[in-house]
Amino acid sequence: MNDQIPPTLSVSLARGLLSRRTLMIGAAGLGVTTLAACGSKGRSPSASGGTSASAKSAQDMSASEKLVNWSNWPEYIDVDDKTQKRPTLEAFTKQTGIKVNYTEDYNDNDEFYAKVRPLLAAGNDTGRDVWCSTDWMVARLIRQGYVQKLDLANIPNHGNVEDSLKNVEFDPGRVYSLPWQSGFAGIAYNPKATGGKKVETVDQLLTDPSLKGKVTLLSEMRDSVGLVMLAMGKDITKFTDADFNAAIDEIKKAKDAGQLRGFTGNEYTKPLAAGDIAACIAWTGDVVQLQAENPSLGYVLPQTGCTLWSDNFVIPAMAKHKKNAETLINYYYDPKVMAQVVDYVNYIAPVKGSKEVLVKEDPSVAKNQLIFPDPQTLSRAHVFRGLTPAEETKYSAKWAELTAS
Amino acid sequence: MASVTGTAPALSTGASAPPERRRSNWVPYALLLPGLLWLFVFFVVPMITLFSQSLQEGSIDEGYTFTGNVGIYAEALQSYFPQLLRSIGYAASATVLALLLGYPLAYFMALKAGRWKNVLLVLVIAPFFTSFLIRTLAWQTILSDVGPVTSFARSIGLTNLLQAVGLTSNDNLMASKFAVICGLTYNFLPFMILPLYASLERLDPRLVEAAGDLYASPAQGFRFVTWPLSLPGVVAGTLLTFIPAAGDFINSKLLGNTQTVMIGQVIDAQFLRVLNYPLAAALSFVLLVLILALVMAYVRKAGTEELV
Repeated sequence: MNDQIPPTLSVSLARGLLSRRTLMIGAAGLGVTTLAACGSKGRSPSASGGTSASAKSAQDMSASEKLVNWSNWPEYIDVDDKTQKRPTLEAFTKQTGIKVNYTEDYNDNDEFYAKVRPLLAAGNDTGRDVWCSTDWMVARLIRQGYVQKLDLANIPNHGNVEDSLKNVEFDPGRVYSLPWQSGFAGIAYNPKATGGKKVETVDQLLTDPSLKGKVTLLSEMRDSVGLVMLAMGKDITKFTDADFNAAIDEIKKAKDAGQLRGFTGNEYTKPLAAGDIAACIAWTGDVVQLQAENPSLGYVLPQTGCTLWSDNFVIPAMAKHKKNAETLINYYYDPKVMAQVVDYVNYIAPVKGSKEVLVKEDPSVAKNQLIFPDPQTLSRAHVFRGLTPAEETKYSAKWAELTAS
Repeated sequence: MASVTGTAPALSTGASAPPERRRSNWVPYALLLPGLLWLFVFFVVPMITLFSQSLQEGSIDEGYTFTGNVGIYAEALQSYFPQLLRSIGYAASATVLALLLGYPLAYFMALKAGRWKNVLLVLVIAPFFTSFLIRTLAWQTILSDVGPVTSFARSIGLTNLLQAVGLTSNDNLMASKFAVICGLTYNFLPFMILPLYASLERLDPRLVEAAGDLYASPAQGFRFVTWPLSLPGVVAGTLLTFIPAAGDFINSKLLGNTQTVMIGQVIDAQFLRVLNYPLAAALSFVLLVLILALVMAYVRKAGTEELV
């Protein structure tokens, strides 16, 4: 996807990208009182993100402890279906002697942030050395001084990052972060539940009476509102308050009419495959994985436009094994390793050369437009613009009022 | 607590030697200490923090400072009154349903089950062997639009009936008020059955026999003997069902739709997604006070008129 990207897109992936997998369920265990007891005095970095606070670093124990703690989203890495082991991680340990504690406890950007913020704000170790945050969350973490600069000397492969992802608005020159995977949000539908009808537009999702009560949107604001704004002909790289509100009204109308079944994280996958959900806004990798077992499932990137996001490696403040984390990132920036991951998770690889590897090893994946999009596909993808902290508060409050009431 | 402190003076008057008296004085208090400390650290302190947090203003980026902003309570009530009301309504419906389902079951287990008693008890508790979340997720599959339960309900006209009374909005069962209330009922049913069972098991069958000897019909015997004697179980069971159900957010999230959001879901979203801690704290407090008021009114009514 590197040099073929049209100029409009090579605009940096703004900080306001989307997250995926909003599995709120994980929040169940977090009691209200626990949170209440957390400190409420935040730090006070500059409001608009001009200068960011610098992250504190701990003494690096990488040499003595051959260990790295990595938190990632569920089902976001290659797994051997027979042994349930993770081949690329195993190979990494074999190659470097570094053991990886891989935890799938990153279900949702907001929820994860709520979990680690008190520790970061108090200047404590989070117990994690590296995790993968979505663009807009990386922007916030950098702004608040919660993530450390990468030592690129330990990541010689960093040059393999796709050109379009090199200079992003929230992290020019990739000083703090490197992408793990990217993906689109588009429309998925189950022809069995729609009576064979194709669902290809956002309007259909929100108003088609034959889909009433069988439509879900993503609880991820930037995906759902993004797609609706695009369908309304707005440019999500530079929208206004009025545009945002109009999109919210549109979704509210559908909600009040009983059109929507709910707002989901990636828990839409099972009901979609079963037919309980007829059509929904969905993430590429999820649906490509589902299609392997349910080939009839449809997925479209709407003509009016879809959203594009990345999840990025970051190293939090006070991480105890920073160098090991960097070694790990470097390992995944080897095109051969990344190809192996992408072949399984079916998201978009941010590493140059992974396509060439897959053309040889798994041509069907290499040809898939949702995994290795051509310029024409990419021209439909847009990036939700970065928000100021004030906007972020205002918009997410509006969004929460709509989705959680 | 009252009983422990109550025994202390009684013991001390009985003892004659002063050293012994001193020991018997502090031992009960010492035993009380871990519990009190526990409650202080994990209940009183968080409560105070929560309350003070509700009166703060600020943002995640700039930090929150205490400003005594009482207006947040008005805002919380104004914005989320329907969700509060809905939570109370759903929880009350689930409680009534659980009582209707649980009472006969508890009665049977306590008085008629004989040697099957223990097996049945284990079966009632068995759902707790697996996670709350998994059980609720299972309901998604059970009530699935394309599953056998829903097609059966359609064929006997149940879906039409539910739609007519407004418990569902189409000819499915999932993603409706109906599904949420069913989920709540199911998840909290054991909390209803166990106290009922405990109080019915203690029931002296001779009292019911005596009622029969005095020419009471079985219905009258139940009404004037069994029911009043089981009331402590009923009160405990309804409280144990209603209180957690009112604050629940899993059932409404997994089994409901966008029109069935309960207050727990709002609080969850405000704490974890919007990060509006003051509003979330205020909502938690409103819910707490509301439940407390309802429970006090209920216990007073049930407690003074019928329990004694």
